[in-house]
Amino acid sequence: MKADVATLVEKLGLKTLNGLYNKEITGAFISDMVSDVMNGASPGNVWVTVQTHKNIIAAANLVDVSIIIVTRGKTVPKETLDIADRVEMTICSSPLETFGLAVKLGEAGVVPS
Amino acid sequence: MTEPDGSILLCAEYEVRGGDFSRAGEVSTDIKARLKKIGFDPALVRRVAIGSFEAEMNVIMHARRADVRLEVTPDLIYVEFDDVGKGIPDIDLAMQEGYSTSTPEMRRLGYGAGIGLPTIKRNASRLLIDSKVAVGTVVKLFFTP
Repeated sequence: MKADVATLVEKLGLKTLNGLYNKEITGAFISDMVSDVMNGASPGNVWVTVQTHKNIIAAANLVDVSIIIVTRGKTVPKETLDIADRVEMTICSSPLETFGLAVKLGEAGVVPS
Repeated sequence: MTEPDGSILLCAEYEVRGGDFSRAGEVSTDIKARLKKIGFDPALVRRVAIGSFEAEMNVIMHARRADVRLEVTPDLIYVEFDDVGKGIPDIDLAMQEGYSTSTPEMRRLGYGAGIGLPTIKRNASRLLIDSKVAVGTVVKLFFTP
């Protein structure tokens, strides 16, 4: 799989909640704790989380995450989506549980950094 | 107070309000943008961004307010968080991974993992913390390439 946001969204059938900003994907990181992401996510990563508050955008942007996938079909507030658009960060939704999505990412060729 | 080496490229001041989660990350995001614009190495900018974010979050979670100062020379990026708040009774304890005084509400939002200060220490070239209980805390971050 060509490792970019547009290809991943299409391959996994993800629902894009805001604009699609195509960026390189280098791997994936899963955590619902913000400091974990600060320490562990690499530039270009997919960040998989159940967090939806707007502060996740600043955190993701600081470590150059390429796309955020929110699992469990959780609703993402408009406030979060607006800020994401401002910093050109794609947010997608998946109805799957986090582990289920991780399996799909692996099948698509996305691996841990 | 810093002793800058070389010419000052940038000075900036910010304010962080305790409890203001709605603006969490704004200061560190601006610092990152400014350093990126100057043209510093991306890896260095990332270290500053991460260290500044964790220090900013500590103020929001645990202090009443803080003045933040950024001073940039070609050889040194200095960020200082001078807060008014409850202070840190035991800095060595606070530096331990997993130790946190965060509330359940903060943890629900994904904060309070207890690795904030260790993260700052890991990313900064040098970290100085001075604190007085019931008065406040000064956190000085030095980043060199």
